[in-house]
Amino acid sequence: MISIKGVSKWYGDFQVLRNCSAEIGKGEVVVICGPSGSGKSTLIKTINGLEAFQEGELVVDGTSLNKRGIDLAKLRSRVGMVFQHFELFPHLNVLRNLTISQCRVLGRGRKEAEENALKLLGMVGLEAYCRKFPAQLSGGQQQRVAIARALSMDPVAMLFDEPTSALDPEMIKEVLDVMVDLAKNGMTMVVVTHEMGFAKQVADRVIFMDHGSILEDKPKEEFFGSSGSERCQQFLSKILAH
Amino acid sequence: MFEFDWSSIPGALPYLAEGMVRTLQITFIAVLIGIALGTVLATLRLSKSRFLSGVAAAYVTIFRSIPLVMVLLWFYLLVPQLISRIFNRPNLDIRVLASFVAFSAFEASYYAEIIRAGIQSIPKGQFAAGNALGMSGFQTMRLVILPQAFRRMIPLLLTQAVILFQDTSLVYVIGLQDFFGVAYNVGNRDGTLVELLLFAGAVYFVVCFAASNLARYLQKRLAS
Ligand SMILES: Nc1ncnc2c1ncn2[C@@H]1O[C@H](COP(=O)(O)OP(=O)(O)OP(=O)(O)O)[C@@H](O)[C@H]1O
Ligand SMILES: [Mg+2]
Repeated sequence: MISIKGVSKWYGDFQVLRNCSAEIGKGEVVVICGPSGSGKSTLIKTINGLEAFQEGELVVDGTSLNKRGIDLAKLRSRVGMVFQHFELFPHLNVLRNLTISQCRVLGRGRKEAEENALKLLGMVGLEAYCRKFPAQLSGGQQQRVAIARALSMDPVAMLFDEPTSALDPEMIKEVLDVMVDLAKNGMTMVVVTHEMGFAKQVADRVIFMDHGSILEDKPKEEFFGSSGSERCQQFLSKILAH
Repeated sequence: MFEFDWSSIPGALPYLAEGMVRTLQITFIAVLIGIALGTVLATLRLSKSRFLSGVAAAYVTIFRSIPLVMVLLWFYLLVPQLISRIFNRPNLDIRVLASFVAFSAFEASYYAEIIRAGIQSIPKGQFAAGNALGMSGFQTMRLVILPQAFRRMIPLLLTQAVILFQDTSLVYVIGLQDFFGVAYNVGNRDGTLVELLLFAGAVYFVVCFAASNLARYLQKRLAS
C-alpha cells in the first residue's frame, strides 16, 4: 500500500531524513515513535506529498510520488491526515467541515455528502454536534471531528501526526478509542504517537526514528521485547516512565 | 467680528447631496475593485513563483511611492485615449471613469498589503489541512484561508475605506464635482466659502468618526 525506499530529505544543509525505508501493507497499523526533532512528522508528510523529498522512491497505492507532474491533490484526497492541532476550519460548522472537500474535491452532491458526514459523525459519537462550530467543542471532540473529516474522503490509508499530544489527559482515551475501532475495521494506518498503550493494543509494527533515520522497524512483540537497540531502549524507558 | 452666514446651505442641499452620491460612488467602486485586485496581488505576492511575486511587489511599491494626485492626473490623461480607442463612446464622462480607475488601482496597492498580512496571520496548519483533503492551492486559498483572513481584516479594511472616503475629495483636480467640490463651488459662488467648508468638514467628520468607531467596535468583538 505504502512503499518507502531510501527516502532522504534536506532543509538546506540540514538532513532531516536519512535513507528511510519501510513497507506498509494494506490493513496494517504502523506506529512511529522517536525523540522530538527526529523527523517523524516530516516522514509522514512525505507520504501524502505535503513535504517534498530529494532522494529515494515513494509509492502510495500504486501512485509513484517520484513521477513529475503527478496529481498531488488527487493523491492527497485518497490519503487521510490527522494533525496534532486538529486544524478544523474554524469558520465552518462541523457538518460543513466534513462536506466541503467531499463537494469541492470529489464533486459529491450536497445531500450525499451530508448523509456520509452524519454517518461518520455518528461513528465518532458526535452526530448531535453537527451544527456547532469547532471553537464550541472540546479538544477531544475536535480531534474526533478531524478524524471523521479525513474519513469523509473515503481514504485508502490514514496518517496521524501525534493526534493526542495536544489533548488534556482525560480526552486522550476518547480519541484513541476511535482510532482503535478504525484499526480493527482494517484501515491502513501510520500513526506518529508516544501512546505505547495504543501501539501495544493495535499496532502490527513499531518504527523507531532518531536523527532522521529509521533505527528499528519491528513487529510490536519484538519491539516491546528486550532485543532493541540501546538508543531505543533508553527512549522507551523514558516515555514509559511518565 | 466675523458673522457667519449659513443661509446659502439649505438651498444648496440638493447639489451637495448629488456631490455626496458621487463621493460615495467613487468610494464604493474603489473599495470593491481595490479589494478584489488587492486580493489577487496579495496572492501573487505570496506565490512561490519569483516572477509573479516580483510583479506584485513592484506594483505595490510603485503605487505606494507616488502621490495619489498624480495617479489621478495620469489616469485622467491616459484613460480617455484608451477608452475612446476601445469603446468609442463619446458621451461617457471620462473624468468619472478616470477617477474610478485611479482610485481602484491606487487602493489595490494598500489593500494588497493589508490582505497579505491577513493571509500570513492564518496558521500554516490550515494550508496543510486544506491540501491534505485534496484541495488545490487555489481552492485552499478561496475556501479555507481567505474567509478566515477577511474576517480578521474587516476593521482594517474599513479603516482604509475611511481614508479613501476622505481622499476622494482630490477629484477636484480633474474637475469632478464630488461632495467637497460642490461645497467649494457653492461657497465661492455665494461668497460663503468659510461656512460651506465648515459644513462639509462637519459632514466628513461625522461619517468618518462613525465608521472609525464601527471599526474599533468590530476589532474588539473579533478579538474576544
Ligand atoms: N521548514 C523547516 N525548515 C528547516 N528545518 C525544519 C523545517 N521543518 C522541520 N525542520 C527540522 O527538521 C527536524 C525534524 O522535524 P520534524 O517535525 O519532522 O520532527 P518530529 O520528529 O516530528 O518532532 P516532534 O516530536 O517535535 O514533532 C527538526 O530538527 C526540525 O527542526
Ligand atoms: Mg512532529
